[in-house]
Amino acid sequence: MPAQYSLTEVDSRLIVKAQGQWTVKTVSSVYERLEGDYKASEYETVEFDLSGVEALDTAGAFLLTKAVRVNDVCKGWTLVEGSDGYRTLLRVAADCQLGDPPKRPAQWFDALDRVGRATLRFWEEVYSTMAFVGQFFAMFLRVLLRPSKLRIKSIVALMEEVGLDAAPIVAVLAFAIGSVIAYMGANLLGQLGFSVFMVDLVGFSILRELAVVITAILIAGRSASAFTAQIGAMKMRQEIDAMTVMGLDTFETLVVPRAIACLLTLPILTFLAMMSGILGGLLVAWLTTEQISPVLFFNRLQETVGIQHFWVGMVKAPFFAIVIAVIGCRQGLAVSGSVESLGSRVTTSVVQAIFAVILIDALFAIFFYQLGV
Amino acid sequence: MVTDTTTSPISVKGLLTQFGSNVVHQDLDFDVGQGEIVGLVGGSGTGKSVLMNTMLGLKSPEGGEILYFGKPRNDLSETEEQRLRNEIGVLFQGGALFSSLTVRENVMVPMIEHFDMPKQLMRELADMKIHMVGLPPESATLYPSDLSGGMKKRAGLARSLALDPQILFLDEPTAGLDPVGADAFDKLILSLRDAMDLTVLMITHDLDSLYAICDRVAVLVDKKIGVYDRLEVVEQYDHPWVQEYFGGPRSRSGNAQKARRKESAETSGGVSKVVAEQ
Repeated sequence: MPAQYSLTEVDSRLIVKAQGQWTVKTVSSVYERLEGDYKASEYETVEFDLSGVEALDTAGAFLLTKAVRVNDVCKGWTLVEGSDGYRTLLRVAADCQLGDPPKRPAQWFDALDRVGRATLRFWEEVYSTMAFVGQFFAMFLRVLLRPSKLRIKSIVALMEEVGLDAAPIVAVLAFAIGSVIAYMGANLLGQLGFSVFMVDLVGFSILRELAVVITAILIAGRSASAFTAQIGAMKMRQEIDAMTVMGLDTFETLVVPRAIACLLTLPILTFLAMMSGILGGLLVAWLTTEQISPVLFFNRLQETVGIQHFWVGMVKAPFFAIVIAVIGCRQGLAVSGSVESLGSRVTTSVVQAIFAVILIDALFAIFFYQLGV
Repeated sequence: MVTDTTTSPISVKGLLTQFGSNVVHQDLDFDVGQGEIVGLVGGSGTGKSVLMNTMLGLKSPEGGEILYFGKPRNDLSETEEQRLRNEIGVLFQGGALFSSLTVRENVMVPMIEHFDMPKQLMRELADMKIHMVGLPPESATLYPSDLSGGMKKRAGLARSLALDPQILFLDEPTAGLDPVGADAFDKLILSLRDAMDLTVLMITHDLDSLYAICDRVAVLVDKKIGVYDRLEVVEQYDHPWVQEYFGGPRSRSGNAQKARRKESAETSGGVSKVVAEQ
C-alpha cells in the first residue's frame, strides 16, 4: 500500500495518522502535499499515530517530522501508536538540522568576473613560469659545475623515453610532411615548368622550419605531458614532500635530468626528422616528375640550399628542448592534491609547451631575417 | 527488497578464492545474523579485504557461493541484483568520496541514480543523513578536499546510508582516526544500527572498537574463519595468532576498556542512550 495519511486538529494538537509504506521508494508521492498540509494547519504539538504503517525508514520519518520543522510555534511531538524502533527513527529525523541551501545562481556580471580572474591567472602564470625558468637555470649551472651531481642513470633512462621511443613517429611524420611539400611543389611549380625548384622548396622548408618545429611539437605533446603526469602523481602521493624532507632537491633530481635528456635528444630527433623529410621529398619528386632523379635532387640541394639553413633549423632545437622540459616539470610540481588538478595541469602543460615552441620559432624567424641568414 | 528475517542477510558457503596458484580462502563458511555487528579480524595478507570485495561482488569467487537473504548472488536477475545493491551500503577505507562533488551531492548520487523524487526532497534527505552521521550542517556544501580524515569517513558513511540499506560494510572505519574520534565513530555505528536496524560487517584492526561495539568477532586464519563467536570465547581460542593478537602488548587498552565496560553495563541503560544524545 502506498503512503497515506490523515491530519486532524484537536485543540492545538495535530494528530497525524499514517498508513502504508513510508520508505525512500514511496514517499515522493506525498512529499509536496504533506508539506503543504502541514503549513496550512495550526498546532502547537504533534501526535503521531503510526499503527497502520507497514514500513518506515529515515526518509519516511523525515517527512512525517516535517510537522515540527515547518511550524515555528511547534513545541514538540509524541508517538501515541507505534513501535520503539519508529520512535528512534522519528527522534533522529526530528532533531536533524539541514545545511545551507545551494549557492546562489549565476549573476549577470559573472562573465566579467571570470574574465578578470582569467586575466589575473594568466599574469600569475607568466610570472611564475619566468621565476621557475630562473630557478631552473641557477640549479642547472650549479649541477654543470659539479658533474658528480649529474644523475646519469636517470638521464639515460629519460633519453630512451623521450628520444628513442619517439624516433619512429618523428621519422614517419617528417617523411609525410616532406612528401606533402614535394607534392605541392610538383603541382604549383610543374604548371610553370619549374618543377626542379621543388628541391629548393623541400630543402628550405624542411631544414629551416618544419623538421625542428614538428619534432618539438611532437615532443611537447608526448613528453611534456608525461613529465607533468609523472611529477604530478609523485606530488599527489607526497613523494615530493618526502624528498624535500630528506634534503633532496627536486630541481636537481627531477627537473635537471629531464631537461638534459630533452637537450640531448631533441637535436638528434630533429636531425632524424630532417633526413626523413628530405627522403620523403626526394621520393615524391622522383616518382611524380620522372625528371628529378635522386642524383639530380642531391646536386640541386647542394648547389642552392646552403649548409647554413641546416644550422638555422638545428640551433633552435636546444631552446625548444629546455622550454618543453621546464614547462612540463613546472606544471607537474604545480599539481595540488586533487585528481582534477592533475588532469588540468597535464592539459595546460601541453598547450603551454606548444604555444611556447611556436612563439619562440616566430622570434627566431625575425631574428634570422634581421641577420640576413 | 522483501526481507525474510529468518534467513541471515549474508552467508558465505564453501568459498574458494585464489590468485593463480596462491589460495587465499578455502572452504570458508561465514554468516552474519540480522541486526548483528560483526567484526572481521585477521593478520595482514589473510584476505580480509578480498573477502569483503567478494561479498560485494567486486570479485567473483573461484568456488563456493555468497548468499544474500538466502538467495545465491549469482542466481539473481539484473533487477534483483540492483535491488540488492540498494540494500547494501559500503564505507571504503578512505571514504571514496567523489572529489568533484560536494558532500551533499555525494550523498545524493545514489538517490538520483535509483529513485525518481523531487530534487528538494533529495537535498533535504541528504542533509538529514549528513546530520545523522554527526557532521555540522555547513559541511553539506563543502568539497571532500576541505574535510579532515575523520569528517571524510563520516561523509562516506552518510553516502553509504543514503538509501537506508539493511546491510552495511565498513572497511577499517576507525583507521586513521584519533582515539576520541574513533570512539565517537564507534558510538555512531551503534546508534545507527539501533535506529535503522542495520546489519553491520566491519573489517578492523582496532581492538577498542571490537570490544566496544561488536556482537561477534570472526577471525580469519589459515584460509578460513578459524573462530567466530562472542569476544570472550574468541579470546580463549587456541591459535598462536589469536593469542598474540588479544594477548599482545597493544591489547592492554582493550582489556582496560573491557573492565570499564563491565562496570558501566550495570549502571547505564545501554545503547539507546547514545541515540538520545544525537
